Amino acid sequence: MTHTSSSSGVRLEIRGLSKRYGTREVLHNTELTIEPGQFVAIVGRSGCGKSTLLRLVAGLEPVSGGTITVDARALDGLSEDTRIMFQDSRLLPWKRVIDNVALGLPPQRRSAAADVLARVGLGDRRNDWPAKLSGGQRQRVSLARALVHNPRLLLLDEPLGALDALTRIEMHRLIEGLWKTSGFTALLVTHDVQEAVALADRVILIEDGRIALDQAISLARPRSQGDAAFAAIEKRILDRVLQKPEPELADPGWPGQPAYGLRWAI
Amino acid sequence: MSQPTPREIQTGAAATVQPDQPWVLLHEGVPLHWAAVGRALARTLRRLIPWIVPLTLVVGWQLASTFGWLSTRVLPAPLDVVTAAWTLTVSGELWTHVKVSAGRALAGLAIGGGLGLLLGLLTGSVRLFETLLDSTIQMVRNIPALALIPLVILWFGIDETAKLFLISVSVFFPIYLNTYHGIRNVDPGLVEMGRTYGLSRWGVYREIILPGALSSILVGLRFSLGLMWVILIVAETISAQAGIGYLTMNAREFLQTDIVLVGILLYALLGKLADLFAKGLEGYWLRWHPGYQGTNR
Repeated sequence: MTHTSSSSGVRLEIRGLSKRYGTREVLHNTELTIEPGQFVAIVGRSGCGKSTLLRLVAGLEPVSGGTITVDARALDGLSEDTRIMFQDSRLLPWKRVIDNVALGLPPQRRSAAADVLARVGLGDRRNDWPAKLSGGQRQRVSLARALVHNPRLLLLDEPLGALDALTRIEMHRLIEGLWKTSGFTALLVTHDVQEAVALADRVILIEDGRIALDQAISLARPRSQGDAAFAAIEKRILDRVLQKPEPELADPGWPGQPAYGLRWAI
Repeated sequence: MSQPTPREIQTGAAATVQPDQPWVLLHEGVPLHWAAVGRALARTLRRLIPWIVPLTLVVGWQLASTFGWLSTRVLPAPLDVVTAAWTLTVSGELWTHVKVSAGRALAGLAIGGGLGLLLGLLTGSVRLFETLLDSTIQMVRNIPALALIPLVILWFGIDETAKLFLISVSVFFPIYLNTYHGIRNVDPGLVEMGRTYGLSRWGVYREIILPGALSSILVGLRFSLGLMWVILIVAETISAQAGIGYLTMNAREFLQTDIVLVGILLYALLGKLADLFAKGLEGYWLRWHPGYQGTNR
């Protein structure tokens, strides 16, 4: 085992966090505490800073001010306990499905890859090339690749944004089920309020780099999207998101990042 | 089987099928589907059509030589070429020359291509080497290798080193350029993913950057193989004591046009073999690639 227990999520503390690209401040003085095992969704418009927050927590970029503390230890770059699931699955096209899942695993733990692949329902596709999978299947492989490391913090960067409605509902159930059994802390960035309400214990709205709303969702799981209470919460958050008029210019992605970074701003 | 397309009906015997009675009983109840026979015939015909022109040309050429309309000083008869090839093969002479020529070509490819790959990997991966070397290489690249011939003869004389040098110089650039661009075009998202999944620097290089650049490197290899034979032919024609070029130039002195033609065909054959080899590599290494699904499993 690489960790003391795979069933414990991390406690995440963000204090006075800010991030600047050049002169533009993307996150201002953000405060956020996430309890171990909590599922938190971050919603917001394009370019509001939600993806930046995720990248900072992942250790992919340095902070400009403030601190991120993971289990009472200050975050310092990439962490063994953190895994990200990207919007585009980022599978390696030249590796078969099973080898993609086993990426970065020590040789003695390779058998775990097959187990996790079976848990996401793709045990029979293990020897296929990623090019032969559908978009939903690729994201399931990508989820398996993240979970095989027994992460204590799973970061999901709009992982379902490119999928069709039916596949999304399936993926919601799958992610919720795996989160319940594994107990990791989950941070989901999404622009879909319904998805946030379906999955999260807490929905946080970021507006202009500030936390504008922190809404606990106490609905019983599994949640049904047709439910009246579900619809009421969804409407409340959506109204709050739409309250502010959309900025006039579409955000052209983060400066200082290559062109592919545009994806992060969706 | 699918239905015959309108095109097939036009070209083949399928047009004779009577739609109301497609099955005909041949001797003792063996059913035969006329449409199927028609389609098979049409398919065979279509496969033969591309061969009509070359076969006619060769037969016409042979007849022209036999009847003396075509001087053997201009072109030998095809049968004479075959006979010459056979005689050379039996005497072992052909094999000796092919070995020498192929040896030169491959040695040049190994030196020039190896250097190109190495430098391409360096400049593609390390910023310092890119700034240091890339613009120089891009400038030198514009000099055609064949323009160096007078200098090369002055430096190395006309022996083996000169030929190796010319081949190495010309195969260097396609491999260098494609390696460099292949590495530069690897999706940075995949590299970032590799880092977050705990791969070491070398791990990222081995699992992501090299395989990502491979299709581009193989394109470079195919360009280089093409150039390799062209430069070899020129180098061997200038002067050689052995090799296919020596064989043909020697035969020219004695007006043995049949042997000259054997040499030309040998070059063509070797070029084709090299291309097939490169295609084979692509089929195997890029079998994951949707563009190469033809060879996939």
